[in-house]
Amino acid sequence: MKGKAAINRELCMACGGCVGVCPFTALELENGNKLDLDGESCTGCGICERFCPVGAIKVV
Amino acid sequence: MGYDVVVIGAGPGGSNAARTAAEEGLDVLLIEKRQEIGAPKRCGEGLSVGGIKNLGLTPDPRWAINEIRGASVYAPNGKRISVRYPETIGYVLERKIFDKHLAMNAARAGAKVLARTVATGLIMENGFVKGVRYSRFGEEIETEAKIVVAADGVESKVARWAGINTTNKLMDIDAGFQYEMVVDLEEPDMLELYFGAKIAPRGYVWIFPKGEDVANVGIGIGGKEQGVAKKYLDAFIESRPDLKRGSILEVNAGGIPVGDPVDKLATNGLMIVGDAAHQVNAIHGGGIHEASVAGMIAGKVAAEAIQEGDVSEARLMEYEHLWREKRGKILHKIVKLRQAIEKLSDDDLNMLAEKLTGQDLVDFANGKNFMKLAKIMMRRPRLVSIAKGLL
Ligand SMILES: Cc1cc2nc3c(=O)[nH]c(=O)nc-3n(C[C@H](O)[C@H](O)[C@H](O)COP(=O)(O)OP(=O)(O)OC[C@H]3O[C@@H](n4cnc5c(N)ncnc54)[C@H](O)[C@@H]3O)c2cc1C
Ligand code: SF4
Ligand code: SF4
Repeated sequence: MKGKAAINRELCMACGGCVGVCPFTALELENGNKLDLDGESCTGCGICERFCPVGAIKVV
Repeated sequence: MGYDVVVIGAGPGGSNAARTAAEEGLDVLLIEKRQEIGAPKRCGEGLSVGGIKNLGLTPDPRWAINEIRGASVYAPNGKRISVRYPETIGYVLERKIFDKHLAMNAARAGAKVLARTVATGLIMENGFVKGVRYSRFGEEIETEAKIVVAADGVESKVARWAGINTTNKLMDIDAGFQYEMVVDLEEPDMLELYFGAKIAPRGYVWIFPKGEDVANVGIGIGGKEQGVAKKYLDAFIESRPDLKRGSILEVNAGGIPVGDPVDKLATNGLMIVGDAAHQVNAIHGGGIHEASVAGMIAGKVAAEAIQEGDVSEARLMEYEHLWREKRGKILHKIVKLRQAIEKLSDDDLNMLAEKLTGQDLVDFANGKNFMKLAKIMMRRPRLVSIAKGLL
């Protein structure tokens, strides 16, 4: 059973890269400075985790 | 109330689209969700002299803050290939000032610019984009638009709302991370680039000087690579006493789309420009010039289409055709070059470093003279099929 993405706010740079790779439009960069996850849309595919330049998003 | 054109995103792509459309006499709204246009930057800030000229600008010391005369490229084994020109060939910018300057130019041309204003959806009618929903400080607003320009960068959503998939595949995006540092620089007018699977898998480390003792020290690695870009950059800095001593002024991150552009750049009532459309030089990751040129073409096509009263996909596809002629063909060649280089081992790169000059590397990055590279590769049987991909 796959989980869902979880954002580590201590690490997240709000760079928006993960928003651009998520195939399910589950991520959003609010006002350009805060990353939000729509848990309903997230499938736990892990693509955002593979991408993140700082390791701030993980499927748990 | 309605506009001729609503542009979403005030990066170089959006500001240049808005400026051009306004100069053509259109009624233009440019909205940007960030509270400060251009900040925080997601960029190494390098731009060539030719690039600045193509944007119709003259270098201004307020944003073109450091002159660059050449570059040194380091192979995995440390071998250096340098090229230095007698004249200035590029600048390192202060992007928060540059981006703001581009937005000011759009405003001065007559566009209405609104920061901290987020597009939240499109108004669709009979398969046409007819307007934009946006939000400002909690107020939800709807405005009609004859044409919408999606210039919303790597985190692009606008085109997706209109049914065009702009999702970046992991194979086709680089993960970028960067420190702006105070460091000792030997040659503040030279860019430095470091290659190698251990240093930056499927990418490179860069040092782009912003002055005598300030530089963007950054990394881009293939998005599909295991491991985190920051860790690779930290390891590189750790290995270099000169950098290790340095101070950190700013930390930046971002995604760099390095594949081919999205399937189509226009649909009924909508055009896509810049990072949102994946219009980036796949070898060096530069996208300021590409987004700006695309934005200017889109602005012009918008004016003509509106004047003719036809904003259908068929009409707006002229933007894609013009862009392909001007930039798309060359960028596609550069994508092919990247795909070839990605297949090379460190040993192959070291071999090439023995045979190539700095000018060769500059040519390759500009999509020229691939024949020379292919010929050298052909001498290694294992590389023959990769070399053929270049021709
Ligand atoms: C680490 C790194 C280093 C780089 N180095 C260089 C370099 O040295 N030289 C170079 O030329 N290029 C470089 N690039 C690439 C360059 O930064 C981009 O290609 C360029 O900024 C693209 O411009 P753009 O206008 O398409 O998008 P952006 O500059 O990203 O602008 C898009 C804007 O849209 C806004 N937006 C998004 N969604 C909405 C919404 N819903 N409503 C309102 N606004 C919205 C965003 O906030 C953003 O401001 C680098 C990129 C990275 C990540
Ligand atoms: S890619 Fe990582 S750092 Fe960037 S916004 Fe996503 S979680 Fe945050
Ligand atoms: S795990 Fe997949 S679906 Fe969920 S946010 Fe990450 S990329 Fe999107």
